[in-house]
Amino acid sequence: MTANGETAEYSGGELQTIVAARTLIGKRSCFIGVGRPSTAALLARMVHNPKLVLVYESGTIGAKPYRVPLSIGDGELAETADLVVSVPEMFNYWIGPGQVQVAFLGAAQVDPQANLNSTVIGDYRHPKTRLPGAGGAPEIATGCEEVVVIAPHSTRTFVPRLDFKTTRGERTTTVITDLGVLTPIEGELTLTAIHPGVTVEQAREHTGWDLRVADNVQVSAAPTAEELTALRELVSR
Amino acid sequence: MAELVTLREAIAQTVHDGDSVALEGFTHLIPFAAGHELLRQGRRELELIRMTPDLLYDQMIGVGSARRLVFSYGGNPGVGSLHRFRDAVENGWPRAIEVEEHSHAGMANRYVAGASKLPFMVMRGYTGTDLAAHTNVRPIACPFTGEELTAVPALRPDVSIVHAQEADHEGNVQLWGIPGVQKEAVLAASRSVVTVERIVERIVPRAGGVVIPGWVIDFVAEAPGGSQPSYALGITQRDNDFYREWDAISRDRDRFRAWMEERGLWSGAGLTEVAS
Repeated sequence: MTANGETAEYSGGELQTIVAARTLIGKRSCFIGVGRPSTAALLARMVHNPKLVLVYESGTIGAKPYRVPLSIGDGELAETADLVVSVPEMFNYWIGPGQVQVAFLGAAQVDPQANLNSTVIGDYRHPKTRLPGAGGAPEIATGCEEVVVIAPHSTRTFVPRLDFKTTRGERTTTVITDLGVLTPIEGELTLTAIHPGVTVEQAREHTGWDLRVADNVQVSAAPTAEELTALRELVSR
Repeated sequence: MAELVTLREAIAQTVHDGDSVALEGFTHLIPFAAGHELLRQGRRELELIRMTPDLLYDQMIGVGSARRLVFSYGGNPGVGSLHRFRDAVENGWPRAIEVEEHSHAGMANRYVAGASKLPFMVMRGYTGTDLAAHTNVRPIACPFTGEELTAVPALRPDVSIVHAQEADHEGNVQLWGIPGVQKEAVLAASRSVVTVERIVERIVPRAGGVVIPGWVIDFVAEAPGGSQPSYALGITQRDNDFYREWDAISRDRDRFRAWMEERGLWSGAGLTEVAS
C-alpha cells in the first residue's frame, strides 16, 4: 500500500524507513540487522548523523558500507569497520554491558508489551511455522539502552499473546510500522503517531488487540526531498 | 602438530557416524567444501553444531545426515527461511530432527567454556523468555552478590571444522576478517580440521588477524574456494546471488534432491523416508 493514496509520491515502506532513520538523530551508536533496519541506519548516516557508529552482530563495529548489505557478514562491513571482533567479544564486551546505545530489531510477532517472537508460530514441539530463532536479539534487547522495533502493521504481527517469547520488550521505546508509530505508555504499546494519509481506524484494524490510542495522535512528518532522494539513491547502489 | 593432508583424508580420519560436529564460520569463512566432503563420505547420524546453520546445514539436514541440531539462528541471512531446516522441523522430512537452540550470546559463551575447559560460562540472558524452559541452561546465583545469572554448559564437539585464508607447512593457520567463533570452536573440540585457501611458505601475522598454531590442530587441508558461496575476505567474494537462488532450489524437495545429486552430495541411499 501507499501512505497517502493514489497520488502518493512515496510508499509506506519508504516512509517507515525514513521515520526509523529519524530516531537515530543525536544518537552515538546503533546495532542493526539486515533489511529495512540496515537501510534506515545507512540513511541516518547520510542525512542526519554522519558520525553514527553502526554495529553488526557479526563483529563489525563502526562499519561504513556504501551499499545496503545483504547479510550481516558481507565483506564490505569488515573492510570498512573501525574494529572487527569475535562473536564472544561482541556479546560479552560490547552488547551485554550496554556499550551500544540503540538497537533496531524486527520480529514475526509483537505483543502489547513489545515482547517479540522470532522462534515459532504454533506449538514449540510441533510448530506450524519454524522461524529462524533468537539470534542475537534477546541479549541485544536487554543490553542496549533503547530498542526500536520495525515491523509490518498487521494482525498477524501485532498479536495479543505471543506463541513464543523470544525477546523481552522492557527497553523498547518505539515501534515503527508502515502505518504509524507505537510507544509504550504505562507498559502498553499505544498509537502515538500515524503516517500521512493513514487513519487511526486503519491502525486499529491492523492490530490484533484493542489498540490504545494516545490523546493527541501526531502525524509523522512527510519525507523531505532530501530524505527521499537520499533513500532512493541508497537503495539503487 | 597439524598434519597436512587432502580434504578427503582429513574428514575420513576425524569424522565418524554419530559424532557431534561443529562446522563454524559466522557468515564468513563457512567451511562448505569440508561439509560437502562429509556428505560425499556418507557420514550419518550426526549432531550438527553451528551458530547459524546457513545453507550448508540446510543441505546436510535436507539429505538426512543429521539426527540433532544445536544452533542459535536458522535463517538464510537477508533472504528468508532455510526451507530444508523448516521441512525437517515442521514435517519430519526427510527425517525428524532433534533441536537444541540458544541465543547467539549463549552459543558463543558455550564455545568459550569449551575452549577454556570449564564446565559452563555465566552470563545475563534467557531469564524472562521462553527460551530458558526449552533449552539446556540453568539459573545460578553470583557467589559474591547473589545476583541471579544464567549458566550455559560448555560445548565440546567431537570434531570442529573451520576454514581460513592460509596455513604454512607446519599447519599454523591465519584467518582475518570476521573471526566469528572459529578459534573457540577449534580449542573446544576433541579433534579439529582446518581447510585453507592456500598454503604459504611462512605465516606473516597481520594486524587484526587470528593465528591458530598448528600444535592445537589435527589436520590442515588445502581447499581453494572452500568457503563458497560464503567467502574468504581478500580472496573470494560472498556469492549473494547464490544465497538468493538457494531460496528457490531449497523450497522444493525434488529440485533440492536433484541439485544435491548433480553435485554428488546425495546418492539417494540410506535415507529413511518419513511421510509428511
